[in-house]
Amino acid sequence: MSTKEQNLYGILAEFKNPKELIDVAKTMSKSGFSKFDTFSPFPIHGMDKAMKLKKSKLGWIVFAHAIIGFTGAVSMMYYMSVVDYPMNISGKPFFNAPAWVPITFELTVLLSSFGAVFGMFYLNGLPKLNNPLFNVERFKKATDDGFFACIEAEDDKFEADEVKKLFQEAGASHIEEVYE
Amino acid sequence: MSKYQYVPEPALVKGDHDFASLTRLVTDINLRPTPKAWYLCMIGANALLMVMVVAIGYLIWEGTGIWGLNNPIGWGWAIINFVWWVGIGHAGTLISAILFLFRQDWRTAINRFAEAMTIFAVMCAGVFPAIHVGRIWAIYWVFPIPNQMAMWPNFNSPLLWDVFAVSTYFTVSFLFWYVGLVPDLATIRDRATDKIRKVAYGIFALGWTGSNRHWWNYEKAYMILAGLATPLVLSVHTIVSFDFAVSMIPGWHTTIFPPYFVAGAIFSGFAMVLTLMIVARKIYGMKDIMTDDHMEKMNIVILVTGSMVGFAYMMEFFIAWYSGVEYEKAIFMLRATGPYAWAYWAMMTCNVLSPQVFWFKKVRTSVGATFAISIVVNIGMWFERFVITVTSLANDYLPSSWDYYSPTIWDVLTYVGTFGLFFTMFLLFLRFLPMVALAEIKAVIPQADPHNYDEETGEFHKPKVEVPKPQSEKV
Repeated sequence: MSTKEQNLYGILAEFKNPKELIDVAKTMSKSGFSKFDTFSPFPIHGMDKAMKLKKSKLGWIVFAHAIIGFTGAVSMMYYMSVVDYPMNISGKPFFNAPAWVPITFELTVLLSSFGAVFGMFYLNGLPKLNNPLFNVERFKKATDDGFFACIEAEDDKFEADEVKKLFQEAGASHIEEVYE
Repeated sequence: MSKYQYVPEPALVKGDHDFASLTRLVTDINLRPTPKAWYLCMIGANALLMVMVVAIGYLIWEGTGIWGLNNPIGWGWAIINFVWWVGIGHAGTLISAILFLFRQDWRTAINRFAEAMTIFAVMCAGVFPAIHVGRIWAIYWVFPIPNQMAMWPNFNSPLLWDVFAVSTYFTVSFLFWYVGLVPDLATIRDRATDKIRKVAYGIFALGWTGSNRHWWNYEKAYMILAGLATPLVLSVHTIVSFDFAVSMIPGWHTTIFPPYFVAGAIFSGFAMVLTLMIVARKIYGMKDIMTDDHMEKMNIVILVTGSMVGFAYMMEFFIAWYSGVEYEKAIFMLRATGPYAWAYWAMMTCNVLSPQVFWFKKVRTSVGATFAISIVVNIGMWFERFVITVTSLANDYLPSSWDYYSPTIWDVLTYVGTFGLFFTMFLLFLRFLPMVALAEIKAVIPQADPHNYDEETGEFHKPKVEVPKPQSEKV
């Protein structure tokens, strides 16, 4: 990798515990930053408020999938049993709604689950092949016992020295620049 | 001692653990070299798996005539084993979904483990309906895909509902499991030192960073999945019970079947989780996470569901008498006193009587007793399915067509062989995947709660337990 023409991605700071991370998240969102993030090995209770995160849109994605699952199941069975090849089974109506409930339910759940899982990965921008943060050796602790905050250089209010100062005052144990 | 005694919730993780020590405890298993004992177990499991492959190979070559099926009894061990395995497969999703919705944090110690068990049990279950059709090359007729007859599946049939229920259950359980695994795979990716592990775990971790913006969507997804999996898990065994209940066979055609089957499924699934957990936590030194408190709580679930099953057995008898239907009355008398009375009483002893010992705290906190009962329960649940499937078919409306059913060696070998499939998968899981939901277990230890840090100094302090004072002396 070239050393001189490196692009600054952001500034990463490490904190000791979840409490410090929540506090710095509050400071960052209060100071008007928008492209910041916090990293922890587990979801921290109250972090959504500290970071002022908007309600996840995932519910709507799942709902849309549920509708596809429901209508898909009913129209599939309707086409197959009523339109394409109707069969008289013990004199029951071709459109035998009560008997179709289980499959309609299962396919609704199936599609909704696809929506929940793949929708979540989509909203999170995953899978992602590389992330500038992975260039930082120390960042490996984020999935073990490290608590990190990062402000991206793309943020309008980003000013390297100011950001470092903010982290220092918040009690960061380690601050470093992250390059792409 | 005062009249009032405050019983604090036991700590979910025993011992003096912090985040890093939990990471080491769980992921060192995946990172260290494979132990020799693992290879030995794997050889055993693979040998059993080969037994299954041979038994199925011969079945496909020769046809279902190699099984002990005869004219009235067209459903034998294949269906019994299917229901038994799929029942066991209910515990995982129950633990991960229903206990999650009820905010039972103790589930975090065992959910990964139980979900893995679920997936492998459903795999074993899936083998039987596929092979019992006889002409396995036409198995795709059960799916709504065009075939040479231009016909579609019969959507009025519970057997077809079952195809959809079990395959949906498998897919959703697998996705749920995988979503839970992603952050933990990232942990192993970050701890791995060799290239192969880094790449392999890196691919499946999908680039997870632990970003709280991601966790936000992740937790939402987890909650929605739990909300979807809860009715799903109840629907699966309900639909399995429809395979029986929607038919007109005496002893099968009852409305109690769905709740009774679901209770039985939870009962056997918890027993299987305990059997595996007691062994695994000893071998892998997980007693700090999978504690005796967990065992006790699960034993209570076994006691409750076992009693529900016992109640259902009695209710079946009552309704048979109360309905006034001759055949219904006859079949239940025949179950208890007829040619299969041995199976009926084995079922009653194992399922209804044996878990009652868990009323005693001493027994339900004893590792040995729990292990023994957990195996007895699963034997009992196998007999339950045997009694339901075989007795009703063997002695139906017309005494002249009655016959006695016994399995052949091929029935036995196929069943035993599925344990090979199960343990092969389970050993691979123990070796290569974190057996405890690491991110979740970290989130429930006191250090994870920002409120447990001092406002001024930022130092961690143990949460203070406030003992509520009784409002008045007179109650």
